[in-house]
Amino acid sequence: MNALQLNNPQFKSILQQATNLIALPLVGIAMFLLIWSMAADRIDTSLGKFPGPSQVATQAVALYDEHVAEREKAAAFYERQEKRNAARIAKDPTYEPKIRKYTGKETFFDQIVTSLITVMSGFILAAAVAIPLGIAIGLNKKLNIAVNPIVQLFKPVSPLAWLPLVTMVVSALYVSPDPVVPKSFLNSMITVTLCCLWPMVINTSVGVASIDKDLVNVSRVLRLPALKHVQKIVLPASIPAIFTGMRLSLGVAWMVLIAAEMLAQNPGLGKFVWDEFQNGSSDSLSRIMTAVIVIGFIGFLLDRVMLQVQRVVSWDKAGAH
Amino acid sequence: MSVILDISKIDMVFPTPKGPFTALKEVDLQISKGEFVSLIGHSGCGKSTVLNVVAGLYQASKGGVILNGREVSEPGPERAVVFQNHSLLPWLTAYQNVELAVKQVFGRSKSKAEIKDWVEHNLKLVHMDHAMNKRPDEISGGMKQRVGIARALAMQPEVLLMDEPFGALDALTRAHMQDSLMEIQAELNNTVIMITHDVDEAVLLSDRIVMMTNGPAATIGEILDINLERPRERLALAEDPEYNHLRSEVLKFLYEKQRKVEPISATKSTKESTKKTTEVA
Ligand SMILES: Nc1ncnc2c1ncn2[C@@H]1O[C@H](COP(=O)(O)OP(=O)(O)O)[C@@H](O)[C@H]1O
Ligand SMILES: [Mg+2]
Repeated sequence: MNALQLNNPQFKSILQQATNLIALPLVGIAMFLLIWSMAADRIDTSLGKFPGPSQVATQAVALYDEHVAEREKAAAFYERQEKRNAARIAKDPTYEPKIRKYTGKETFFDQIVTSLITVMSGFILAAAVAIPLGIAIGLNKKLNIAVNPIVQLFKPVSPLAWLPLVTMVVSALYVSPDPVVPKSFLNSMITVTLCCLWPMVINTSVGVASIDKDLVNVSRVLRLPALKHVQKIVLPASIPAIFTGMRLSLGVAWMVLIAAEMLAQNPGLGKFVWDEFQNGSSDSLSRIMTAVIVIGFIGFLLDRVMLQVQRVVSWDKAGAH
Repeated sequence: MSVILDISKIDMVFPTPKGPFTALKEVDLQISKGEFVSLIGHSGCGKSTVLNVVAGLYQASKGGVILNGREVSEPGPERAVVFQNHSLLPWLTAYQNVELAVKQVFGRSKSKAEIKDWVEHNLKLVHMDHAMNKRPDEISGGMKQRVGIARALAMQPEVLLMDEPFGALDALTRAHMQDSLMEIQAELNNTVIMITHDVDEAVLLSDRIVMMTNGPAATIGEILDINLERPRERLALAEDPEYNHLRSEVLKFLYEKQRKVEPISATKSTKESTKKTTEVA
């Protein structure tokens, strides 16, 4: 490459962008890995040395292999069952085959899926309650004054404090011989809902209450009926604030869910961490560390997904970053 | 000419933390059909308050507004408002902004095709048909104001209310907008109340200029009839003695009779300002 090309301002700016986007984050990660492995070497626990990056990488692969092996076992189980049933039907055409479910151990990846489903269900339930409520509060000053003390009181409560109450109430009320979803799922989900509720209610109501007065006047001059006013003016105007609330609460929800799963032994990534801790094998710490990194990465992805949704839904492109 | 709008002795008292504040006192004005009336006065005197009472956005504390023989009690599209800062919905295109108003006002009486034609017709009227599908943040301030005017015109209001519609625009754009407005006015002959703080704008556009005294308890000071022939041509008028006379009448009212006493002028030693300062203090 000659000097002329290097001095080209366009080339320079591309180079700068590449540095900012790729090189600098890579340097950061490399530094982190270095410090981590140096520190890990020095920490001795009752379960052996604290895992460094390489042990974690090994365990990540091992967890994946276990998952694949478990799936193969399951597939084999169903195949055997099918063959058995086919054979019995051949002998006795009136026989109605029973399909038994495979009851193997839940793998790391199963736990990830469980946690994701739980957090999304709880989050969506919270949004379905919080956004209409927030709009109502934002539109009506009197309602706002009436509801405000309750919101302020419950907002600082860690949702984990609700967990025992939720568990008891679910056990008492959710009695069905053939439950659609397991109780443990409901417990985790409701805990997530409780912690998502407040940031969404508050942000939505503040967004609605701070709509430009001129836009409200436009609506009044046009005599838009109440529902149309909400649909055409209030909702679009407060979309940025609503998304701020949603992203805040989804972030908190993910953190809380893991803790709730650990505490209540509900299936999910939290339970995986707890089980490994109780297990106390020499690999446990590496496997927990793998989970920690995966939890962080999923949390990051969740926020990115919300941001992407916001970009698609919101007119306010400047607000979505 | 028949009176279409009767602003009948309105008072406006705002409740404030420091007690009631009388913004307007006995504002009384009758406007005929097709008349173009400007409200002029120093900032903060109560021009917007008058307009908001006529629009129905504020309720007068005393007196009332009668449009076509019926008292006004709430806002409505027959008194369309052009707001100072355009107030277009930022998530809708120019077309959709006008369409929202047209659908709301004519949704029952016009077919889909007629609605589309009417929206486009009004955007054409303000020369915005080329940017119909642009959002407010993609067009200039003058263009936004044009769309705001198109939206108001599309409601076919009995009275068009404009609150400093060109106040935020640069001088060249403003002149352009004034010419456009005169063109539209010649075609549609709307009844208009326009607030302005630009003396030339007031003289150029109006049939009457209503000059307001300074607040608190502001009221109508003088009314000046502008009988300049239409169509008016800004260049020709610049040398017209009648135009310049009218212009200086307004200036005299604003800067002699209703001299606004700002803290800066308190140090000036002219008799006039000293006297006024003590009066206010
Ligand atoms: N909603 C309100 N509450 C209290 N005071 C108000 C309100 N609106 C206007 N005022 C006061 O009334 C006066 C006139 O205001 P305004 O009509 O906006 O003046 P202008 O449009 O002539 O600049 C000002 O002193 C202003 O502070
Ligand atoms: Mg004003």
